[in-house]
Amino acid sequence: MAKKAPDMEEYQYGFRDEHKSIFQSGKGLTEEIVREISAIKNEPEWMLNFRLKSLEQFRKMPMPKWGGNLDELDFDDIQYYVRPSEKQGKTWEEVPSEIKETFDKLGIPEAEQKFLAGVSAQYESEVVYHSMQKDLEDQGVIFTDTDTALREHPELFKKFFGTIIPPADNKFAALNSAVWSGGSFIYVPKGVKCEVPLQAYFRINSENMGQFERTLILADEDSFVHYVEGCTAPIYSTNSLHSAVVEILCMKNARVRYTTIQNWAPNIYNLVTKRAVAEENATMEWVDGNIGSKLTMKYPAVVLKGRGAKGSVLSIAVAGKDQHQDAGAKMIHLAPDTTSTIVSKSISKHGGKVTYRGLASFGRQAEGAKANIKCDTLILDNQSTSDTIPYNEIMNDNVILEHEATVSKVSEEQLFYLMSRGLTEADATQMIIMGFIEPFTKELPMEYAVEMNRLIKFEMEGSIG
Amino acid sequence: MAADFVIEGLKATIEGKEILKGINLQMKGGEIHAIMGPNGTGKSTLASALMGHPKYEVTEGTAVLDGEDLLEMAVDERARAGLFLAMQYPSEIAGVTNSDFLRSAINSRREEGNEISLIRFIRQMEAKMKELEMNPEFLHRYLNEGFSGGEKKRNEILQMMMLDPKIVILDEIDSGLDIDALKIVAEGVNSMRSPERGFLVITHYQRLLNYIKPDFVHVMMQGRIVKSGGPELAERLEAEGYEWVKEELGIEDETVGQEA
Repeated sequence: MAKKAPDMEEYQYGFRDEHKSIFQSGKGLTEEIVREISAIKNEPEWMLNFRLKSLEQFRKMPMPKWGGNLDELDFDDIQYYVRPSEKQGKTWEEVPSEIKETFDKLGIPEAEQKFLAGVSAQYESEVVYHSMQKDLEDQGVIFTDTDTALREHPELFKKFFGTIIPPADNKFAALNSAVWSGGSFIYVPKGVKCEVPLQAYFRINSENMGQFERTLILADEDSFVHYVEGCTAPIYSTNSLHSAVVEILCMKNARVRYTTIQNWAPNIYNLVTKRAVAEENATMEWVDGNIGSKLTMKYPAVVLKGRGAKGSVLSIAVAGKDQHQDAGAKMIHLAPDTTSTIVSKSISKHGGKVTYRGLASFGRQAEGAKANIKCDTLILDNQSTSDTIPYNEIMNDNVILEHEATVSKVSEEQLFYLMSRGLTEADATQMIIMGFIEPFTKELPMEYAVEMNRLIKFEMEGSIG
Repeated sequence: MAADFVIEGLKATIEGKEILKGINLQMKGGEIHAIMGPNGTGKSTLASALMGHPKYEVTEGTAVLDGEDLLEMAVDERARAGLFLAMQYPSEIAGVTNSDFLRSAINSRREEGNEISLIRFIRQMEAKMKELEMNPEFLHRYLNEGFSGGEKKRNEILQMMMLDPKIVILDEIDSGLDIDALKIVAEGVNSMRSPERGFLVITHYQRLLNYIKPDFVHVMMQGRIVKSGGPELAERLEAEGYEWVKEELGIEDETVGQEA
């Protein structure tokens, strides 16, 4: 069948605005830059010290030797801070028009008109637009950018910031701790259930600019919140770095769901540390979609600290040409009767590489704990590869650990079946792929599911024929 | 316009082994043709080769539907030209609902911008499912996943009803069906009989032909149609088996492409 060769790997959201930033830190990382970031933000002394210590830590720590190839990542060639405008908008009208146009292209306003509770959209390094439904405020829910939270909720902030992921956790957590800017801060009081998801949209828009957002979510006892973060980044010719830190605390009986869809341009290093602590009978759910980037290293973790705590990670990774998704999950069972589930779906095509790297750890106290891990990979051509690297640490005899892994190709029989009903080879392949990731997309809020499907379809164009 | 389907000199191989050794068959809209024969004589290969299964290589012949040679087309083009194959072993596709799949299949036959409306589609599908006594939940079930043998066969008939093809091939649609399910499936097929549409019914057993009355019966052996007749031929096969055909034609081993 004759087919027109589609343009491969062209990045849909690769537009770029002529946006003028007010302050740019210049390239490279020095103590002066860290001091300058802290000064511009008028931070308290303890935060400046925290940043400086973290910088020291970052310098001390070697580059990780495992995971993906970081040889081409040059820390001196990255810009560590950009502030897009002086004033932070609270309503849509106050947001600068150039920034609005970018959001328009991403469909943000429509999304908001539907059933958004609050939009906190990060443009470059600072949150410029933020709104929140009034009834959430009335319930005592705090949903703000992290810089504002440091100013307005200093006690809460200082008590928990950096406690779940300390700067020394890993080199990139140290880097983020030194130069962090923006991100979301959420506090949900005791017993409060947020019925609609809280959402933030992230976007990198300055060449060679690292985005180091820092998110802290505190869910008090018996509360519930669903936080949704979606990312698209424009295309650039040189490498960019995204290195976020996300800390979550689920107190007794609380439930937090954190949904991410990240669609990075193919030149971005996406090196993210995400960890939650789940106390007694609390539930933490990570829903994590990784599309694009040059290299992603991301292993959302749940520390199951209290009896009966539950953790789950549901993830999808898509790797195309010259891309490596080194992603997975960590479940650390420290208490009795804790349970965890990991479902990892990955797709590789055009020579892309996907690695599932996961840890299931059971401490001495993890009597009766259970973990279930399922990894499914779909490989679309002979150039693409997949690896599954599970690590298990078991210090208690009375635990159950199940691991299941499958690797498949789009089968000839399935294609024949769908095509025999009139679908083209491209549509049939796409349908099989969409079916493969359906367990993931069905967990997304509707509009994100739509976006996810669109992104995957776009990614899959030209994958066959 | 009544369909006009002519197969001439069709030869096909699998892994270099010739299974179809020159099939000739003419069908018109409104006609039901039955192809009978023992196991391993090439019946299902004929069905798969006509649809274009990649495992089979057509080496000679034509299969012309309304002036167009299907064998020159890709599988999906054959389907859109009006050919439908109800398969013996339909594939299972996880994560794709029956309704999404069928709607895409219908829309693949329509121009962009002229897609079937969702409401209309659901109404049609529900009505057809009722005819086939299918539970409405099958709308939202994943395509054939976890379906019993009988449910898969009904689902094949459902697709046929929704896609409105010109030529329908039923490949052992009766296998694995109990008598009640067989009746329902047969009624579904009969409801689709029309002067425009032709059916090619492939079966081992005459039983199915009690419910779907053929106009013509063909016996396949050794990769060829070796005998043709009317409905009375099927009845004789049911009563006497295939031995008399073999004796009459001097055939010792009726199978094709199988190692001794």
